[in-house]
Amino acid sequence: MLKALHSRKEIQLMLGLLLGIPFGFFLQKGGVTRFDVIIGQLLLTNFTVVKVMLSAVVTGMVGVHLLRSLGLATLHPKPGSLGSSVIGGLIFGVGFALLGYCPGTIAGAVGQGSLDGLFGGMAGIIVGAGLFAQVYPRLQNSILKKGDFGELTLPQLFQVNPWIIILPVAVGIAALLLWIEKLGW
Amino acid sequence: MEWLSLKQWSPYLVGIGIGLLNCVAFLLSDKPLACSTAYSRTSGMLEGLCFGPRVAEKPYYQKFPPTIEWDWMLVFGIIIGGFISAMYSGQFRFEWVPGKWGEVFGEMPFGRWVVAFIGGTIMGIGARWANGCTSGHGISGTLQLAVSSWLAAICFFIGGIVTAMLIY
Repeated sequence: MLKALHSRKEIQLMLGLLLGIPFGFFLQKGGVTRFDVIIGQLLLTNFTVVKVMLSAVVTGMVGVHLLRSLGLATLHPKPGSLGSSVIGGLIFGVGFALLGYCPGTIAGAVGQGSLDGLFGGMAGIIVGAGLFAQVYPRLQNSILKKGDFGELTLPQLFQVNPWIIILPVAVGIAALLLWIEKLGW
Repeated sequence: MEWLSLKQWSPYLVGIGIGLLNCVAFLLSDKPLACSTAYSRTSGMLEGLCFGPRVAEKPYYQKFPPTIEWDWMLVFGIIIGGFISAMYSGQFRFEWVPGKWGEVFGEMPFGRWVVAFIGGTIMGIGARWANGCTSGHGISGTLQLAVSSWLAAICFFIGGIVTAMLIY
């Protein structure tokens, strides 16, 4: 039944919109659509971004793996390599600090009236994505393939049942969040 | 319905909400919540307007076709959701320069917009280079325990923290 739903293009476009609206609502209510909050995180003076992200990770990790165990969801881990994930990640980080939003939160920021987000940041991300598409043929078989590990997940890497990883990761994140609260960050 | 008009919710409540939303996305759309692909599609659509349909033959646009897809609607929905939330709490206002930037570098929009554009461009390149952003890797990928996502998410913050410390 759900497989049939996944292949209905018009319904999926509508679902994208219907999922985006609460996503944007949550991001704005969480305060993470604000430049000051994101820069505060990168300067390690405001831990709102980390709190939102890590509690989403714990909830989603348990939820999605439960759905998977019930045969109701399929995982889609992104493929990666050292050249792609590490170098791309560091480049992204530089842009993150200069812009003060990320590709998702900037959309929420535009929704709350941020003009530097709309005319500066969003335009920039589109131009950057276009530049990458331009140079992609020269990167795809060189640096992006350096240290390639494909669609690997941590349970596959350690060859264990996913729940053996999920449990300690959830406990570890909970402990980290408790510690952050205790320090009053 | 007073909670809808609150200026801010607990970050934990918001995080749990986003985590549950991800479960719904997996269930109903067979997709994780992710944002940066939509920007590739937009750049492809704009290039197509300027240079014609041959743009779609570029290898990268073969991989991510420049058309309106689920992820594009998701980002469009985020704008609407952010707007609704800000309207409810009376926080919607046009902002030329964000507060912290104004304190450090002054209230002139031009400088801020140039830096935002440069930062956005670098971020756009990095997001496509790493094959995901703070949502696609940072939340949706890490929760699937993908090795690529944990590596990328850690590098987002290393790059971001070092750069922010140098700027401010």
